[in-house]
Amino acid sequence: MPFVNWLKRNLVVIAGLLTLGYLLLPNVVVTVFSFNKPKGRFNYEWQQFSLDAWKDPCGVSGLCGSLSLSLQIAVWATLGATLLGTLIAFALVRYRFRARGAVNSLIFLPMAMPEVVMAASLLTLFLNMGAQLGFWTILIAHIMFCLSFVVTAVKARVMSMDPKLEEAARDLYAGPFQTFVRVTLPIAAPGIAAGALLAFALSFDDFIITNFNAGSTVTFPMFVWGSAQRGTPVQINVIGTTMFVVAVLFVLVSMIVGNRRTRQKA
Amino acid sequence: MSTLTEAPPPLAPQAPASKPPKRRGRFTPYWLLLPGILWLVVFFALPMIYQASTSVQTGSLEQGYKVTWHFATYWEALSAYWPQFVRSVLYAGTATILCLLLGYPLAYLIAFRAGRWKNLIMILVIAPFFTSFLIRTLAWKTILADGGPVVGALNTLHVLDVTNWLGMTAGDRVLATPLAVVCGLTYNFLPFMILPLYTSLERIDGRLHEAAGDLYARPWTTFRRVTFPLSMPGVVSGTLLTFIPAAGDYVNADLLGSTDTRMVGNVIQTQFLRVLDYPTAAALSFILMAAILLMVTVYIRRSGTEDLV
Repeated sequence: MPFVNWLKRNLVVIAGLLTLGYLLLPNVVVTVFSFNKPKGRFNYEWQQFSLDAWKDPCGVSGLCGSLSLSLQIAVWATLGATLLGTLIAFALVRYRFRARGAVNSLIFLPMAMPEVVMAASLLTLFLNMGAQLGFWTILIAHIMFCLSFVVTAVKARVMSMDPKLEEAARDLYAGPFQTFVRVTLPIAAPGIAAGALLAFALSFDDFIITNFNAGSTVTFPMFVWGSAQRGTPVQINVIGTTMFVVAVLFVLVSMIVGNRRTRQKA
Repeated sequence: MSTLTEAPPPLAPQAPASKPPKRRGRFTPYWLLLPGILWLVVFFALPMIYQASTSVQTGSLEQGYKVTWHFATYWEALSAYWPQFVRSVLYAGTATILCLLLGYPLAYLIAFRAGRWKNLIMILVIAPFFTSFLIRTLAWKTILADGGPVVGALNTLHVLDVTNWLGMTAGDRVLATPLAVVCGLTYNFLPFMILPLYTSLERIDGRLHEAAGDLYARPWTTFRRVTFPLSMPGVVSGTLLTFIPAAGDYVNADLLGSTDTRMVGNVIQTQFLRVLDYPTAAALSFILMAAILLMVTVYIRRSGTEDLV
């Protein structure tokens, strides 16, 4: 029974590919339905092919405004979280200090906490302080929950770094600052980049914490949430598809460039 | 024999040279830590205290709330909303098990069988992250639509009979049932299972598989006695990364479920943002936090993996 044997040997491959299909199916639906021309206010049933939404992606009021707000917040949150997180990561790997355990748990806890708990408690703080909910409260919240992820990403990279490289730089009469900028930072860069990318994705896509702390400010995920109640414009799918394609292209290009570089070095 | 299943070298992280070198400048680490830690103290730890204090307040929105140590709020919240708590644990638990069952083969495929397709599959696992998860969750409304091909197929295969019997669906509908919510939760948190699984599978020395084969272990025995035990760190962190956000989620229950599938996250959200009953919402959120921290601690203790960070 060659077929049964083949099946046995490749069972895990088939199961894995089925899971991959499950993961990608919604993206296929989002893409296909970006070419739909729905009858009612909701874009859940296929009617007929149309390019209307692609020709006018900003045609729905408030959509592109929310998108640009989300991008702005994501950029600032990424910068803030990456800066603060990288400093913490270096302190954790390179120095001995008191209260190390406390610092570690303070960084671990935000990742082990359901978002809704952080969102609700942060809102009680803002309400008690009488803070005006909006751009700044969203930004504060995003930096807070991105921070731990940046620390983890940078820490992993700095930990695997050979301290001898820095010693060598010192031996070659580089000052502490020069050593840091010319040796330490370039080696830590991939970890910092990974952390920053993660922070950007987390901030851009965050809904639960933003939902609690945004007041009447509308980010892109909140626009989608609102439209799920009022009616989903096709433009949402256009933007979802574009983001997916841009992300895949970005990763592919950076991989090809990376491959070429390593090949040139070899 | 037993040495094979014991930890191989790559699994013991940073065993030698764990002591960081001491540098000049005694206060440097504190300066490095200060801004970030201050941020977490003010916007993560302090809010927890505010929340605890809010949960024992009484009063009304018009007259303001005062701390009266009214612990009865906890009891009232639990007795009013215990079904939502039970549901959260059940749905999140089911979704976590499904994620493990679905995610393991894919992680295994990427780690050992994908060959030159490895990077491409990896990109396809991560890329959906960049399309807002709300849009992707809404797509499930189309996929699971009444009378659609998926529901039809499930009906023909008698899957719906089983789920009806389990109380996860009602009649020939999937949308607005617990099954739809669990399906959405599984889908949304699957990558959080796959990535840690892949990381720990990839670290396994391929020679261990060969050795198991040389010792006449069948593939299934190899998996059960060698591969799976060695992937335990990934299983532990994967289940935590799936269960915790799933238990607090209210998006899937809201978009794909009905009023009968409300989870504790839905209650917290409504109490906080619509009913504006802050003490009850704070108490519920505090109970959820305590329950999850307790579960996580017990789980980590029992599975014996302490270094997750």
